[in-house]
Amino acid sequence: MSELSVNHLLGIKYITEADIQLIFETADHFKEVINRPIKKVPSLRDITIANLFFENSTRTKLSFELAEKRLSADVINFASSSSSVTKGETLIDTVNNILSMKVDMVVMRHPNPGAGVFLSKHVNASIINAGDGAHEHPTQALLDTYSIREKLGDVSGKKVVIVGDILHSRVALSNIFALQKLGATVKVCGPKTLIPKYIEKLNVGVETNLRKALEWCDVANMLRVQNERMDISYFPTTREYTQQFGLSKAILDSLNKEIVVMHPGPINRGVEITSDVADSKQSIILEQVQNGVAVRMAVIYLLASKIKS
Amino acid sequence: MSQKVLLNATEINIALNRLACQLIEKHDDFSKTVLIGIQPRGVFLAERLKTLLESEYKIKDIKLGYLDITFFRDDFRRGQKPLEANKTKINFIVEDKNVVFIDDVLFTGRSIRSALTAVQSFGRPLEIELLTLIDRRFSRHLPIQPDYRGRQVDAINGEKVKVCWKENDGEDAVYLVKN
Repeated sequence: MSELSVNHLLGIKYITEADIQLIFETADHFKEVINRPIKKVPSLRDITIANLFFENSTRTKLSFELAEKRLSADVINFASSSSSVTKGETLIDTVNNILSMKVDMVVMRHPNPGAGVFLSKHVNASIINAGDGAHEHPTQALLDTYSIREKLGDVSGKKVVIVGDILHSRVALSNIFALQKLGATVKVCGPKTLIPKYIEKLNVGVETNLRKALEWCDVANMLRVQNERMDISYFPTTREYTQQFGLSKAILDSLNKEIVVMHPGPINRGVEITSDVADSKQSIILEQVQNGVAVRMAVIYLLASKIKS
Repeated sequence: MSQKVLLNATEINIALNRLACQLIEKHDDFSKTVLIGIQPRGVFLAERLKTLLESEYKIKDIKLGYLDITFFRDDFRRGQKPLEANKTKINFIVEDKNVVFIDDVLFTGRSIRSALTAVQSFGRPLEIELLTLIDRRFSRHLPIQPDYRGRQVDAINGEKVKVCWKENDGEDAVYLVKN
């Protein structure tokens, strides 16, 4: 197979295992490209991509922008804080205005779940979901699973625990879908208040003891505590959270095996993960960032190949 | 569908030896020269030539790389079939080197145009030459010609030239295929 089954990347839920494998194989080629002296290829010379960020983001936005530029696409950027959205313009109007400037693809982050799906039904452009509320963040899940595949050779059969704020995390949901599609077993671990009630319906185990979860897993994916999304207190204090769910060198050293440590960033150093763990050999946090560009190049390239002039 | 043999195994072998000798005349001991096989099918020819130069003509340390041109093609999004990438493997510097591109068939010239752009990602060669086993001389879309050719073929556009290699297709042969 050399073509994606979808015209948009709205979530991992909507794509197949074969799609994920194709994205990985294409990303392998782009990884080679971005390690060349000249890191740019002219494939997307005639494509215009709009990055619409209705919510703050640093690394995802930079990573997408870099991926687009390395494929030679024309890029326009939009941040809602400095736009007419603050004057009351609707999502459809904003996007239609941008599309009348002949944009072929839209990369969108939006605080509302389902914004990408909504948009894909109303506009004639390829949509890539760069995070919609607490719903999905497909490219993050792809780069996470790609990094696991790179580090451990295969995702199938591996045990992965996702630790922290599952309730507010779009990364968790997309990761669960991607890992399960590739044949891994997934557990979540965190304070009960931060674990959604539906989680067991997704065939995901729940563990509230970090040590037990770590003893079980091959990979620990630590999530950021999303203080900005918490309007009520889900746990007593940050200090208590760190004591129970923070990953420290001491816990890692006390395990009888070496596990792979991941974090989608940005890290709250000393909260969900200590500095010495974040910078240790077991951590693949920086590889995740590097793979992010290659994986996003692959997604954009494969979707662009379906846009016919 | 019918097919006609253009070159059999012996004729291919003769052509390869002649091409090797032509390369030696120009590039001597290959100390300043690198061979680059164009993916996917130029690689077989490039490997054959390298082996021949090393075993028959005792030239040592010939540098051979593979260049994938998929991301540099100008027909991305225009074909019915999506393009599939291959591996690029160039473990040496092309800066100030004499580069010889090697491909099995020269048809429209578009692959070579892409290769000329792609190789720039690895540095600025001193000179670039082109070696092809088959030159379909009346099919060119671009002003590109080979410096070394195994056989010139006058085929019409509906016809296809198929190059088979022992290591990949089980035999050494070149066919002209008519639909």
